[in-house]
Amino acid sequence: MKHYEVEILDAKTRDKLCFLDKVEPNATIAEIKNLFTKSHPQWYPARQSLRLDPKGKSLKDEDVLQNLPVGTTATLYFRDLGAQISWVTVFLTEYAGPLLIYLLFYFRVPFIYGPKYDFISSKHSVVHLACICHSFHYIKRLLETIFVHRFSHGTMPLRNIFKNCTYYWGFAAWMAYYINHPLYTPPTYGDEQVKLALIIFLFCQLGNFSIHIALRNLRPAGSKTRKIPYPTKNPFTWLFLLVSCPNYTYEVGSWIGFAIMTQCLPVALFSLVGFIQMTIWAKGKHRSYLKEFRDYPPLRSPIVPFLL
Amino acid sequence: MASSEEDGAGGGSLEEKEKGRKRRLGALATAWLIGYNIAMTAGWLVLAIAMARFYMQKGTYKGLYKTIQKTLKFFQTFAVLEVVHCAVGIVRTSVLVTGVQVSSRIFMVWFITHSIKQIQNEESVILYLVVWTVTEITRYSFYTFNLLNHLPYFIKWARYNFFIILYPVGVAGELLTIYAALPYVKKTGIFSLRLPNKYNVSFDYYYFLIIVMASYIPLFPQLYFHMLWQRRKVLHGEVTVEKDD
Repeated sequence: MKHYEVEILDAKTRDKLCFLDKVEPNATIAEIKNLFTKSHPQWYPARQSLRLDPKGKSLKDEDVLQNLPVGTTATLYFRDLGAQISWVTVFLTEYAGPLLIYLLFYFRVPFIYGPKYDFISSKHSVVHLACICHSFHYIKRLLETIFVHRFSHGTMPLRNIFKNCTYYWGFAAWMAYYINHPLYTPPTYGDEQVKLALIIFLFCQLGNFSIHIALRNLRPAGSKTRKIPYPTKNPFTWLFLLVSCPNYTYEVGSWIGFAIMTQCLPVALFSLVGFIQMTIWAKGKHRSYLKEFRDYPPLRSPIVPFLL
Repeated sequence: MASSEEDGAGGGSLEEKEKGRKRRLGALATAWLIGYNIAMTAGWLVLAIAMARFYMQKGTYKGLYKTIQKTLKFFQTFAVLEVVHCAVGIVRTSVLVTGVQVSSRIFMVWFITHSIKQIQNEESVILYLVVWTVTEITRYSFYTFNLLNHLPYFIKWARYNFFIILYPVGVAGELLTIYAALPYVKKTGIFSLRLPNKYNVSFDYYYFLIIVMASYIPLFPQLYFHMLWQRRKVLHGEVTVEKDD
C-alpha cells in the first residue's frame, strides 16, 4: 500500500508548519488534524481549518485523504479558527442565565426594587403564571440541550459565548424587571387575554418540542447525516409541510404568547429581535436544503408559511 | 490647479478604482448626486453666511440659533438621503456607518437643541454649529468636484486635514451641549416614560443621555483614527500590502 506524505502550510504566510510522512491513504482529515496537534499542541483539532486552497472551503473531518484531488504528496493549508468552545457549554450557559436571573426579580431580591418590596410577592396572578412559563421555557431548553439535540458542529468560536450571553441574560433581566415590578400593570383584557396567551404559549412549546424530537430522530447517534425532515404522526410536525424550520416558527409563537400574557413591551421587542435572527437562520437553512437536495418540497418557505 | 490625475498621492490604483466606479454609475445617478452635493454645499454656505452676518450685525451669538434654526434643520435633515444613497448603491459607503453619522446629527439637532429650548443660547451650540458648517462645506464640495472629475488639490487637502482639529472641537461642542441640557431634562422629564403604564416599560431620557455621552469615549477614537488612516492613504499614498485573507 502506497503511503501519502502530507505537508501543512500556513494559509496566510505559506510557512511550512508540519510534515507528515507515511500517512495511510484512507486516513481522514480528523486523523490528520490529530497528527498535526501532536507537533502544535496549542492548536487542538477543533480550532484547525484545513483546506486544499488557502482561500478555499474547509475540508470536512470525514473526508478521506485518497478521495481528495491531491497527489501522493498532499499540500494542505491551515487556518487557526481561534479558541473554541463546545456548543453544549454555550447553550447551557446562555440558558441557565435567564432562568436564574428571572427568578431573582420574581423573588424581589434586595437592591432591585427598594427595601419596601424586598421578598414581597406580587399580588397579580399573571405574574406568577409568567414566572412559571418563563422558567418552564428555559428548563425545557436546558433539558433539550442535554438529552435531545444532536449538533452538527462540536464547537463554535469562544467570543460567541460573550455575545450570546449578553443577549439572553440582558433581555431576561430587562423583561423580568418590568413583569415583576411593584408597579406592574396586568393585561388590559384581563383573564381572557391571559388564557388565550397561555394556550398559544403551550401550543407552541409542544410544537417546538415535537420538532426537536423529529429532527433528532432524523439523525442516528454520533452521526452527522443530513436528511430532509418530513411530517410524522405527531400533528405538531405537520407544519413541515409548509415550512423548513417549524421549530423557529413555534419559538416565535411562544414568545408572542408570552408577550400577550404579560403585555410587556420589552417582551415584544425580544420576540421581534428573535424573529429577525431566526428568519435569517431559517433562510440560510432553507437555502442549504435546496442546494443539497434536488427533491426538496417546493411548497415550503423558510419560517412563515407562504410569506417568509 | 493640480487635478486629481496629476496627484500621484493616493495611488494610481485608488484613483482608477474611483473612476471605474463612476463609469459604472449611470448618467442619471451621477447627475442626481452632483445636484444633491451642489445643493448641500450651497445650503451650508448660506448657513455660514447667515451666522457670520448675525454676529457681525449683533456683536453677540445670543439669538443666533433662533435665526438660523430653520435652515439648519432643513439641510441637516435632508442629509438622511445619504443613507438612501448607500442603501441603493450609488454611493460606495457602508449604510451602517452613514446611518450612524446622520443619526447622531439628527439627534443633536432635533432631540437636543430643538427640544430643550433653554440651552439654545449656550456657547457650545455655536461651537458645534461652526464646526459642522466648515466640515460640511468642505465635504460636499469635495464630493461635487470629485463627481465632476476635477478635484482641486486644496479641497482634497482641506477634507483630509481640517478634521484633525474640527473633529475633537465638534465633539467637545456636542458633549458640552448635552451636558448643559441634563438639568432641564431631569426637571421636565421630556421624552421619558414612567411606571405604571399599560406597556409595562419605562424610559429615562436623563440616563439615556448620560449613556450617550459615555459612548463617545469608545466611539470617538475609533472614528478619529479611521480618518487619520484614510488621510495617510489618500494624501501620502501609503500603499498597504494587502495580505491575502
